[in-house]
Amino acid sequence: MESGLVFFLQLLGSGIAVGCLYALIALGFVLIFKATEIVNFAQGEVIMLSAFICYFLVTTFHIPFFPALVITCIAAALLGVLTERLVLRPMLGEPVFAVVMVTIGLSIFFRSMAGILFGHNNLVFPNPFPSETLKLGGIVLSQTQIWIMVSTFVLITAFFIFFKYSRIGLAMRGTADDQRVALLMGVSVKRVFSLIWALSFATAAVAGIFLANVMVINLGLAFVAISAFPAIVLGGLESIPGAIIGGLAIGIIENLAGGYLDQMIGGGIKDVTPFVVLFLLLMFRPYGLFGKKEIERV
Amino acid sequence: MLQVNNIEVVYNKVILVLKGISLEIQDGGVVALLGANGAGKTTTLRAISGILDVENGELEGGQIDFMGRPIHNLDPDEIVKLGISMVPEGRRVFRDLTVLENLLIGAHTRMDKEGIRADLEMIIRYFPVLKERKGQLAIYLSGGEQQMLVIGRALISRPKLMMLDEPSLGLAPLLVTEIFNILRSINGEQRTGILLVEQNARIALNFARYGYIMENGKIMLDGPSEELVKNEDVKEFYLGVKDDLAKKSYAEVKHYKRRKRWLS
Repeated sequence: MESGLVFFLQLLGSGIAVGCLYALIALGFVLIFKATEIVNFAQGEVIMLSAFICYFLVTTFHIPFFPALVITCIAAALLGVLTERLVLRPMLGEPVFAVVMVTIGLSIFFRSMAGILFGHNNLVFPNPFPSETLKLGGIVLSQTQIWIMVSTFVLITAFFIFFKYSRIGLAMRGTADDQRVALLMGVSVKRVFSLIWALSFATAAVAGIFLANVMVINLGLAFVAISAFPAIVLGGLESIPGAIIGGLAIGIIENLAGGYLDQMIGGGIKDVTPFVVLFLLLMFRPYGLFGKKEIERV
Repeated sequence: MLQVNNIEVVYNKVILVLKGISLEIQDGGVVALLGANGAGKTTTLRAISGILDVENGELEGGQIDFMGRPIHNLDPDEIVKLGISMVPEGRRVFRDLTVLENLLIGAHTRMDKEGIRADLEMIIRYFPVLKERKGQLAIYLSGGEQQMLVIGRALISRPKLMMLDEPSLGLAPLLVTEIFNILRSINGEQRTGILLVEQNARIALNFARYGYIMENGKIMLDGPSEELVKNEDVKEFYLGVKDDLAKKSYAEVKHYKRRKRWLS
């Protein structure tokens, strides 16, 4: 194969892997926003907490990686239920601004707790996957990248089936559509909200664990969530397919930009591109590719 | 079946909207609740279905009994399970869901898959248009079809009492007649009790066997529909019938006094 094409496909491949992580993070935000209209600013902290939890499960308790992943997801889901019950439910009916401030407070609380419990050091996740790379027709991908793609695909398919065909999934979509009417249909909106927070936190946990595999684990991991914001805005805040496509698109764009432009201008392009996309998007299509064209006054 | 006993509802802790409403519906009965804008009709329905708190409302006094048990402290989903379903005002379909999914979400409280399937058939028998539109998003239905969909959605939970909030709103007269004919046969065949809230008194009194007339959060008048239709005040204020046009100027004075009696 031509070397230029191989280079492009290589960038595309690793871009998709990064994009999957963005998509998972974005999905966590979108799930909560779609159902409850809350932007949860503590989402990044959940990612970071999950990374720590999984790290200690694997290193201190010697639990194999995949069981540890499942345990971490369950723990995160419980944390989600608890958060909704104790922090967000009393805020029901309060102004949006107040609720947003509460989630910011929550993020500070989580970060401090992580500092107290897990310390402020940089930790390195013991790589659970063999380090030899896979070659697919000239493109080289690490096993971690492959696993990221596979897990994201499995998770998203599971979500799709759940929302499309299950009774609870349907009730959740109804609640997202019109909460009051959903109440009248006998849907327990409280239970739907608990479940949505659980699902969102579990998704964040998966994202956090795989991030831990490609980055160092420290409190700063929480800020990765911010770099997923362009993906969220690109997809539209209330669209689940949007979160996935937005995540993948941002991952690919930043990798391509980094691959081609870094040689010319020097490093750092990769980190900037998502936000350039964000800027342009906010100027021309502020509700995202799949978002609703609705104006809300806050 | 349903007894509402002297309920008072306050919004935002200050605005007293219902000042002691009492009404009763027999098993399989058809009752109309009439009144002008802001009389408190919708609030009465909200109080019965237990969704006042979402609208910042609160039941301050009184009692609501359904099938002999108090329901005013129950959550809305429990009230639906007991057999009360509501068709909210303004054809509130789930816009992003298909017609079939809209109907299925109405069956949320039911677990019997076979029964749900049978009842889907029943609803399609009453509203054949919904069959062709099954896979379409509900937002793309016409107004009349949306109204049929929300009635079907309320019916699939197999309610003993169905409450309808202004089903005639914004629909062509011919469609309104059609929908009320279907409602009549549902009431006859399924023995579903109906509590109808309407501004269109003529249709409502024609449809219901008993009527309550509300003004300013109170019930001013109630009685069998045939009697209400004959009542002079109801005729003038709600049906828009005036006997003698010649007396108009004189009547204007009397009108004011009589109207005032209604509103005070």
